[in-house]
Amino acid sequence: MAKKAESTLFNMLLSLTLIALVASLALALVNNATKGPIEEVNKAKVAEAIKKVLPEGKKYTVSADTVTVKMAKGDANLVRYTATDDDGTLIGKAIESFDDNGFGGRLTAMVGFDAEGNISGYEILGSSETPGLGAKADKWFKPTKVDNDGNMVNDLESGRNVLGKNPSINKISVKKDGGEIDAITGSTITSRAFCRLVETAYTAFNTDTEKGDKEQ
Amino acid sequence: MKAKDIIKNGLIKENPTWVLILGMCPTLATTTSAINGLCMGLATTFVLMMSNIVISLLKSVVPDKVRIPCFIVVIATFVTIVQMVMQGFIPDLYASLGLFIPLIVVNCIVLGRAEAFASKNNVWHSFLDGLFMGLGFTWALTLLGIVREALGAGSFFGVNFIGGADGMLLFILAPGGFICLGLLMALINHIRKTK
Repeated sequence: MAKKAESTLFNMLLSLTLIALVASLALALVNNATKGPIEEVNKAKVAEAIKKVLPEGKKYTVSADTVTVKMAKGDANLVRYTATDDDGTLIGKAIESFDDNGFGGRLTAMVGFDAEGNISGYEILGSSETPGLGAKADKWFKPTKVDNDGNMVNDLESGRNVLGKNPSINKISVKKDGGEIDAITGSTITSRAFCRLVETAYTAFNTDTEKGDKEQ
Repeated sequence: MKAKDIIKNGLIKENPTWVLILGMCPTLATTTSAINGLCMGLATTFVLMMSNIVISLLKSVVPDKVRIPCFIVVIATFVTIVQMVMQGFIPDLYASLGLFIPLIVVNCIVLGRAEAFASKNNVWHSFLDGLFMGLGFTWALTLLGIVREALGAGSFFGVNFIGGADGMLLFILAPGGFICLGLLMALINHIRKTK
């Protein structure tokens, strides 16, 4: 057995420093190797969500910018993805929106609007809502039904549905609060957070690009 | 101490979950489904194995009074490696386990084995101890995950077997985790003692 170093201040500093150096070297190497894949994964996740929430069946290119929106607790910067076709005509916008007052804290979702501001889709990106209750938000507000031909289609008549609704015409809040959306059973808090998040996204949708932070 | 004893200790006699009752926080938090339990167990096994090897190598050079900080640095390094690799290459798994991976650093099992075993034994035995303690943790978590998923979601490793019916939500939530853990612990310790 090698001789164990005495616990003098110098020895302790030396050994801990050496170990920390080796550890940081190892981490730097691994970080180098995984940085690329992690970035790609994150990008793919966002691209996937944008594709899902924007109007279907059209070709478009997406450009991103940041919009500042006033929220209850100060301003928030939201990332907005604007989709235009080859002629520069607006196809729709997808906004990465969030609300901090979900049942489990922050609820994040990508919300898509078509050119007129009708909601074309949403995808929950991050949530800490209760499994089986609030976590149902990922599908609850875009219910599906089987139509006469046996295909799964969006059930636009359902009280839960937000798709096709326009926040400037339709009141996007739960029925308990005087809105027109059916809350998730047993999860009013999550539903409220979701509605606020959609409203926030709509504000970002309407914000001008040039003087982004002044418009409301 | 023989290799056979170390293997038996980790898997059954001193199983970290059922007998030592260490690392209960990740146990309850990640076993909402069988696959989550299995993967959490395997991630912990990797960290435990690697940190046991390195700590066993360092035990004779590190001064006594800084051994704990040194161990923690080693453990945290391996945990961070697991986290980065998982995030980059198995993103789906990272999405469901991501929150709990950094917490492996403070998992009592890892530091517990470093202090109780690796800092006193040779590299080969420490490696075995890390591997089989980890596997003991893994099978415990997987079993708990299987039971909770079957009762709570009506599926086995994600394959639904109850059709359209809802599972008993309680078992996916934390209280059901405690209930399952308690009952399974009682059952397993009963079997262990009567054998």
